[in-house]
Amino acid sequence: MSVAAASQKLILSTSEKRRRTIFGVIFLLVGILIIWFFAFESKPGQLTTFGMNPGFASNAPTIPDLIFPTQPVLYALGLIALFMGGWQLARGYKSIGAMFGIVFGLFVLAFLAWAARDKSFNMVGMLQATLVRATPIALGAFSGVIAERAAVINIAIEGMMLAAALVSVVVASATGSLWLGMVAGIITGGVLGLLHGVMAIQFKVDQIISGTAINILATGITGFVVKRFFIDPNINDKFNHSQIFPPIQIPVLSAIPVIGPILFSVNVLPYLMFIVLIALHITLFYTRWGLRTIAVGEHPKAADTLGVNVFKIRYINITLSGMIAGLGGAYFTIGRVGQFDEAMTAGRGFIGLAAMIFGKWTPIGSLGASLLFGFADSFQQKIQILIPGFPSEFLLMAPYIITMIVLAGVVGRAIAPAADGIPYEKD
Amino acid sequence: MPDIPVLELRGITKQFPGVLANDNVNLTLMPGEIHALLGENGAGKTTLMNILYGLYKPTKGEIFIRGKHAEIHGPTDAISQGIGMVHQHFMLVPVLTVTENVMLGQETVKSGVFLDKRTVARQIREISAQHGLDVDPDAYIKDLPVGVQQRVEIIKVLYRNADILILDEPTAVLTPQEVEDLFEILQSLVDKGISIIFITHKLKEVLAVADRITVLRRGKTVATVTPAESTEQSLAELMVGRAVELTVQKGEAVPQEPVLSVRDLVVKDDRENVTVDGVSFTLRAGEVLGIAGVQGNGQTELVEALTGMRQVYTGSIRLLGKEVANATPRTVTEMGVGHVPEDRQRDGLVLSYPIKDNMVLNTYYRPPFAHWVVMDEEKIIEAAEKRVKEYDVRTPSIYATAGTLSGGNQQKVIVAREFSRPNKLLVASQPTRGLDVGSIEYIHRRIIEQRDSGTAILLVSTELDEIRALSDRIAVMFEGKIVAVVNAADISKEQLGLLMAGAMPKDMPPSAVVAQ
Repeated sequence: MSVAAASQKLILSTSEKRRRTIFGVIFLLVGILIIWFFAFESKPGQLTTFGMNPGFASNAPTIPDLIFPTQPVLYALGLIALFMGGWQLARGYKSIGAMFGIVFGLFVLAFLAWAARDKSFNMVGMLQATLVRATPIALGAFSGVIAERAAVINIAIEGMMLAAALVSVVVASATGSLWLGMVAGIITGGVLGLLHGVMAIQFKVDQIISGTAINILATGITGFVVKRFFIDPNINDKFNHSQIFPPIQIPVLSAIPVIGPILFSVNVLPYLMFIVLIALHITLFYTRWGLRTIAVGEHPKAADTLGVNVFKIRYINITLSGMIAGLGGAYFTIGRVGQFDEAMTAGRGFIGLAAMIFGKWTPIGSLGASLLFGFADSFQQKIQILIPGFPSEFLLMAPYIITMIVLAGVVGRAIAPAADGIPYEKD
Repeated sequence: MPDIPVLELRGITKQFPGVLANDNVNLTLMPGEIHALLGENGAGKTTLMNILYGLYKPTKGEIFIRGKHAEIHGPTDAISQGIGMVHQHFMLVPVLTVTENVMLGQETVKSGVFLDKRTVARQIREISAQHGLDVDPDAYIKDLPVGVQQRVEIIKVLYRNADILILDEPTAVLTPQEVEDLFEILQSLVDKGISIIFITHKLKEVLAVADRITVLRRGKTVATVTPAESTEQSLAELMVGRAVELTVQKGEAVPQEPVLSVRDLVVKDDRENVTVDGVSFTLRAGEVLGIAGVQGNGQTELVEALTGMRQVYTGSIRLLGKEVANATPRTVTEMGVGHVPEDRQRDGLVLSYPIKDNMVLNTYYRPPFAHWVVMDEEKIIEAAEKRVKEYDVRTPSIYATAGTLSGGNQQKVIVAREFSRPNKLLVASQPTRGLDVGSIEYIHRRIIEQRDSGTAILLVSTELDEIRALSDRIAVMFEGKIVAVVNAADISKEQLGLLMAGAMPKDMPPSAVVAQ
């Protein structure tokens, strides 16, 4: 046993060595990139301004913007990346993932500093937009986590969001109550989740097929409603025109500079997203339901032999999954624009699934990945203002490329629950 | 001993579509008794226990627990009646800890919501101390060796206060040492008043540990006997229904020219650990070389390297004078190597394919089974029918999928396929693992037949009896090295056991070649 353990350690270090080298080279390349493209491209004397105040009304006191000389800072950022690359090659960092995040951050910062030379860039505004845009993605990811932890693949998150987006705006417009609209959206998601559950658990339909069917169904029905009814301005005005949730300034917290406007001056949906996050994390890892969910997702037969009702857990989870997706769907209409458009979820449900995988099927990891995707989303928008004509498609691609790298196992393998997608059959 | 049986099964009958799995089975379990349930694969042992545990509904029959009629509709009922079961394939969630696995389904909570892992861990430590079941409550199942996982399963049962313990083939996955530990644990459980049903098909174990033995054959109770009035021979006959040869009849080996020559072979496993560490040996035509060793000492990787299924790190494998290190499995097969793999379901068969296709998996692409790219269905069917008959594969039809066969019959399909063509070398890895006496007898006879027709045989087995029964020479592997090679006739079982455990016996026979 001890010999086996010792030799295991020895071998781990060889594969680790390879990883260490790969990441060291990446860090060095980033450093060179920063100096070559950004530092060399900027002139001495140029100044970059990062706005530290939100572009909207806020409780936070106005603070001075961050102004710094572009070129020296870029050299410094490049040198830090080079140094980290050298250290990584020579000694190796313990947590490569975190270091990779830092180097990635350096690169983004350098890019911004370079793009905003002689200009001003609202940093706080972009970070707040990051949170807002990450919200539906994170809800999609949580929806995936709760379903897949019990081994039901929910590829229908996109469709559930779309349907919930429509229902919530219709209910909100008709009743004049945003909260009723939100509840209606959650119920819509829950019903679709239950439908997916009946197909996947009861009738053991292939879960990808069943999920795809729900996606197509949702696209079709919402499209039909738009084309058949909302085309009439009277109907549209009455049923597809609601208020949106106003920003809520959290007392005290919203008055903190920088953090206040980013985190504590948003509308109710990001707050709800954080509540779902905390609830999901605690229930999944510290309660009876969570333990049973994980057991059902990993080894349903073992759970069954101990008297755990596998089907019941799966039904509960897929329904909750749909409800969370429904909340995410409500964001698109009553949380943002107050009106429904065809296919307005634009793949956020699928991106949520990618965030779930990136986050290794954990709630907190999923939020981290969602924030990364949300950042890319808001970043590409702002960059179009900063550099007109910049092909933002490349920036939009970045998160997906990162996801693929993650899935290929470079940063650390993501392992799905062992029974994921496999219907449970009693003999 | 009180006279009321703790458990009584009366006239249990279970009809599956087309199969009568249990036919009027009776079984009485007395308090504090180890009752062995003995039978061949497919005799209905596991079905019977699944009925008792509420996983199946019996077609007919009654269950009495402590003299009272009991209705068992599911595991929850069984647990509440004090019945606990350790399944052959462990029911443990690998990513959870020991504590979490034990508490699953009967969780202790604090403040009404949160799992109270500390209390359960304390209870586990108490149970451990009481019964000698050493285990760390905070360890993750995936990090534990099989023997310890089994202890966790027993703790799970005790945590639920069961006093009837069912063990389904508990020794199938254990090393000889772990088996001894298990028997000690069982004895201590019985001393504390727990009654045990011990399902097995291994005769030696039954005689060693049971108080009474009930033998099942084709779904029927054949007899209930005591070890005192039984011998291995008599039990085997009860199980199979005819006289069985427990020892293989074989003549002197006539070794001829070397077929396989391995030099300084180093192989790594999937996690890049060196598991075969500089192995050298030579194998001649017409002899059986047995590789003995406790599971996990590099045998698996050695066999995979020899058959082209795993990359060789360094060293040489010469087959009939040709270097085959890192050759593809097909090249190796075409040079005349037959392979009975260790994991028959993963490497030996395509479970979702019919038997007829599994019968020709190694040669399906060549005449007579294929012409250019077209398979000759008629020839395949013809060959499959012939092989099924010749090797006594018990199946309703050659069109049934391999997955529907019992373990013994799956193994016979592989043996039929691999033995049906002239082999220069036969690599047989755990050829009889999990099989019953009848099938073991049969496969052993076939292996000796192959040897006598001039095939070189490499037999890898963790069963000492099998190694000793078949081998002409024995090589012992320990931690990736061959620690000794010795003539089978010259070495005692005890000496072999010591070598397998990494110790060097005092008086090694003169034929032994001992590694430094």
